[in-house]
Amino acid sequence: MKKGRIQSEPRALISLEEVSMNYSRDGSPALDRISLEVEAGEFVFIVGDSGSGKSTLIKLLLHELRPTGGTIIVNNVNVGKLRHSKLPKYRRNIGVVFQDFRLLKDRNVYENVAFAQRVISVPSRKIRKNVPSVLSLVGLAEKYKQNPRHLSGGEQQRVALARAIINDPPILLADEPTGNLDPKNSWEIMKLLEEINEDGTTVVVVTHNREIVNAMQKRVITMKKGVIVSDQARGGYIDEDY
Amino acid sequence: MRIINSFFYSFGQGIKNIFRNKLFSLATLATIGSCVFLFGLFYSVVLNFQYIVREAQQSVAVTVFFEEGIADGRIAEIGEDIKKRGEVSRVEFVSAEEAWETFRAENLGEYADSFGDDNPLEGDDNYEIYLNDVSMQDELVSYLEAQQGVRQVRKSAIVANMLSSVNSLVGYVAMGIIGILFLVSIFLISNTVAAGIAVRREEIGIMKLIGATDFVVRAPFVFEGIFLGFLGAAVPLVVVYFIYSRITAYVIEHFSLLNSLLKFLPVNEIFYTLLPVALIMGVGIGFLGSFMSVHRYLKV
Ligand SMILES: Nc1ncnc2c1ncn2[C@@H]1O[C@H](COP(=O)(O)OP(=O)(O)OP(=O)(O)O)[C@@H](O)[C@H]1O
Ligand SMILES: [Mg+2]
Repeated sequence: MKKGRIQSEPRALISLEEVSMNYSRDGSPALDRISLEVEAGEFVFIVGDSGSGKSTLIKLLLHELRPTGGTIIVNNVNVGKLRHSKLPKYRRNIGVVFQDFRLLKDRNVYENVAFAQRVISVPSRKIRKNVPSVLSLVGLAEKYKQNPRHLSGGEQQRVALARAIINDPPILLADEPTGNLDPKNSWEIMKLLEEINEDGTTVVVVTHNREIVNAMQKRVITMKKGVIVSDQARGGYIDEDY
Repeated sequence: MRIINSFFYSFGQGIKNIFRNKLFSLATLATIGSCVFLFGLFYSVVLNFQYIVREAQQSVAVTVFFEEGIADGRIAEIGEDIKKRGEVSRVEFVSAEEAWETFRAENLGEYADSFGDDNPLEGDDNYEIYLNDVSMQDELVSYLEAQQGVRQVRKSAIVANMLSSVNSLVGYVAMGIIGILFLVSIFLISNTVAAGIAVRREEIGIMKLIGATDFVVRAPFVFEGIFLGFLGAAVPLVVVYFIYSRITAYVIEHFSLLNSLLKFLPVNEIFYTLLPVALIMGVGIGFLGSFMSVHRYLKV
């Protein structure tokens, strides 16, 4: 298992030190000297107003953006200094889901999930074994032949989740995974994320869903205008006028 | 194992791309196809031309006659000098007696005896000089005319000269047209591949997030180009094969008069070089075109 590796020097799985992100030179920074640690096995909510920098944070962790300041260490890798040739290997440590699912509409559920293994050259023999098992984990074993267009939003997000975890990454990032879902489906997805976390994966969820955050009693990091204004171990959704 | 898997994955995706992108693929195939088709035709024509010219050159000779009363030693000396020249392949001494014999046999037939033992070509000892490069004929002639003891130099045929200049003209025109088609083909392939990349932006983004290597992201598009190039070359080659066989067979059968003038190379001899050259050309076009697009539009 790759999860929760023991390191020679004890260090959090995700660690940000004074991280800043400026999209433009003159504007105010999207992230302003943020420091943050997430230990292996944690479940973390990130909440905050629109434009507070949550998605920017996710993009930095995925190395879709390079920070303009500070240090990001993930799984002992200095992400800011990551060489291009090492990027694919780094990304295989991180599963990710988005609000808009990002499924491939020209192939069925099975192929959408298998895709994640095909593009990293897993032998077909293993793919045939892994896909059904991960699909049954997210409760879609019967719908493997369907096209994602014919699935409900909740089902589509579960396909995306299956795709994100099939390669068994130690970290799972979710940027507003329930943003397009009704309350019932939102709850199902959150419960799945919790299960995945209980299996050992570190889960970071960006969300606006106040009700769920308050009910689940997890660690909650609240952001405002590019800074962390609160970090509670078992918290709830902080109101705007904090 | 991983590498083999990536290879097969990329290869399979490359072929799928062609079908996802039917219209562009067809246009590309048509262009590469006409490029290779024209190439095949010109190639056959040029090869046959060269063949005919080579054959013709074999029979082209420059004849040197000597001044009266020249010493035999001087004739031999001139002969040695000629042999040393690079463009000369063969020098034959023809004595006046031989010349007359040949002429008599070829042209006079039964009237030959009326000349009795007189040789009207008395004093016409000569060299027949065969060239390995007809374009050097004029130079050789002026060299010979400058030699002491030479009375007359006779060029046997301008035909060969003309043949070789037509030959190179055909070659240049062919190369020009093929060059243009080559560029157009590369341009079209790179557009086809660029369109494929545009259509699959989202998929490429997901691949990168999942941790696909640059090879796996890019290779399908390059395979797509190579495959289109290969197919675009293979189809017209088959067509050229049949057209060539048919035309040569038809000409030989129906225009037997031309047979002494026109000699066709057998189709297999043409394809012995045309096949690999054209396939490499098609694959090369495909590779270059897709490679360009992948590097321009697929910054990984
Ligand atoms: N590509 C970009 N170029 C320039 N500015 C950007 C870019 N992306 C985000 N920003 C700016 O950075 C700030 C933070 O954006 P970000 O997307 O991280 O917010 P967010 O917390 O995810 O908001 P939301 O809840 O609406 O998704 C915003 O002010 C936004 O305008
Ligand atoms: Mg966002």
